[in-house]
Amino acid sequence: MQRVGLGPCLGPSITHGSSMSSPALYLIAAAALACSAWVHAEPLPVHLHDTGLGEARNLAFSPQYPLWSDGAHKRRWIYLPPGTAIDASRADAWQFPPGTRLWKEFSLDDGPVETRFIERLTDGTWRYAAYVWNEEGTDATLAPTDGIAALANRDGYSIPSESDCRACHESTAVPVLGFSALQLSSDRDPLAPHADSGTHIDLDELVARGLIRNLPLNATRPRIDASSPIERAALGYLHGNCGHCHNDTETRVPVDLMLAQSVARDPTHSHRVLHSLIAVGDRFLARVSSRNPQRQMPPLGTRLIDTEALALLERWISEKSSKAEELQP
Amino acid sequence: MNRLKQTCVWPVTGMILLGAVTFATEPVRAADNDASKVARGKYLVTTSACNDCHTPWHLGPSGPEPDMSRQLSGHPESLVIKQPATLTSGPWTLAAAPTNTAWSGAWGVSFTANLTPDPETGLGKWTQATFMQAIRTGRHMGRGRQILPPMPFAMYRNFTDEDLGAIFAYLRSIPPIKNRVPEPLPPGATAAVAEK
Repeated sequence: MQRVGLGPCLGPSITHGSSMSSPALYLIAAAALACSAWVHAEPLPVHLHDTGLGEARNLAFSPQYPLWSDGAHKRRWIYLPPGTAIDASRADAWQFPPGTRLWKEFSLDDGPVETRFIERLTDGTWRYAAYVWNEEGTDATLAPTDGIAALANRDGYSIPSESDCRACHESTAVPVLGFSALQLSSDRDPLAPHADSGTHIDLDELVARGLIRNLPLNATRPRIDASSPIERAALGYLHGNCGHCHNDTETRVPVDLMLAQSVARDPTHSHRVLHSLIAVGDRFLARVSSRNPQRQMPPLGTRLIDTEALALLERWISEKSSKAEELQP
Repeated sequence: MNRLKQTCVWPVTGMILLGAVTFATEPVRAADNDASKVARGKYLVTTSACNDCHTPWHLGPSGPEPDMSRQLSGHPESLVIKQPATLTSGPWTLAAAPTNTAWSGAWGVSFTANLTPDPETGLGKWTQATFMQAIRTGRHMGRGRQILPPMPFAMYRNFTDEDLGAIFAYLRSIPPIKNRVPEPLPPGATAAVAEK
């Protein structure tokens, strides 16, 4: 449950030694309780279907550079309250209206296993939850806040804790990671690993429907500035899988590594990404190709090496090494 | 007219003077608060056994003791450890290096972190939020790998936000020491294997 202060509801604060009569204090206390109930979010529903998943208003979407989740098939939806829109004036940090909800469903060969849910509350904060599907695939129920280390009969599939959710989602400017200008660009990258080829809503349609407002003109069809198709796909993969922690916001991890892309058209951006990778050197591929829990990257949410992406990254680095002049500062 | 001027001028002058005095005392109060916060942090660090593992031990005149010239700088990079300890017999489950900064157990080998404000090898680039996330979540940098034994983060996560803020303020106030602590080693692996 999200707790917020009562000050804005009560106006002047109550101080010790008040000379008010006890009925007045009683009324204020009652008002405080009523106000408290109003500003607190409703508890998370126990059943997934009560979160609003399945409503006709929900929009299915698919980021062009998806997060690797050990090969799980994923589906995603977003809900925006009626009459609201996303403010895209900061092209790299969209502001979502309170009431926004997003779902991501993970499926293995034998059906859905987990659906993750994030929601923006009226006070502007975000909350996170995971729902676990039963083996029949007929119902999903709220997982414990501490997550589940290994699901029975699901080959050790783990459910993230709430702090794990925050670890990835709150290390960048906005907690929504897969619904952004670059991820939804109509100019999709044909070489992006694991991208869903289905038809989903894209940036053009969202703008046309009035669901995204104030998008800068130079960010309407964003595309990574790269010297080759391989580089474009590699940088996109790093953006989708690493950029939520390795970026240039104040909440990033304290490591000199910049892997997030920007659609703000900063001409030096690609160079910054490249040179931060060069500074890290061999440790970069060593970590991407490791699943030792103490060394692997990403540190959360994966137990299997993404061999397709690793091959792409190795090919890109080989390509760059053959053009040494591009690696000069 | 003069009286009216006096009536208006004196309160205004008084307010200006009051404002000036208030303005002048604000930095002093802020400094006092900072000093108080750092002192609180020092008290917590020295009573919560941080030096026991994060400061390398050496042999002093009275026996083993923390080498305060390397205060809170973590496992010395000069003491290279390539594989976990081998425990031969008895009810033993873990072993520690003489510096008390490297620990070998079922999890592999853990090395205590450099907590000084050195920007390259310590906490110099950390924010208070990062520090608090690390203690609260038990994850390196609040988002990375699990923090390993014997770090008692499960107990330390019970510190209040104010206490963790004070600890971080104190850690920012101590001398920076350049010392790159190695990555942990997995169980049964050598350092060479761990690099892959």
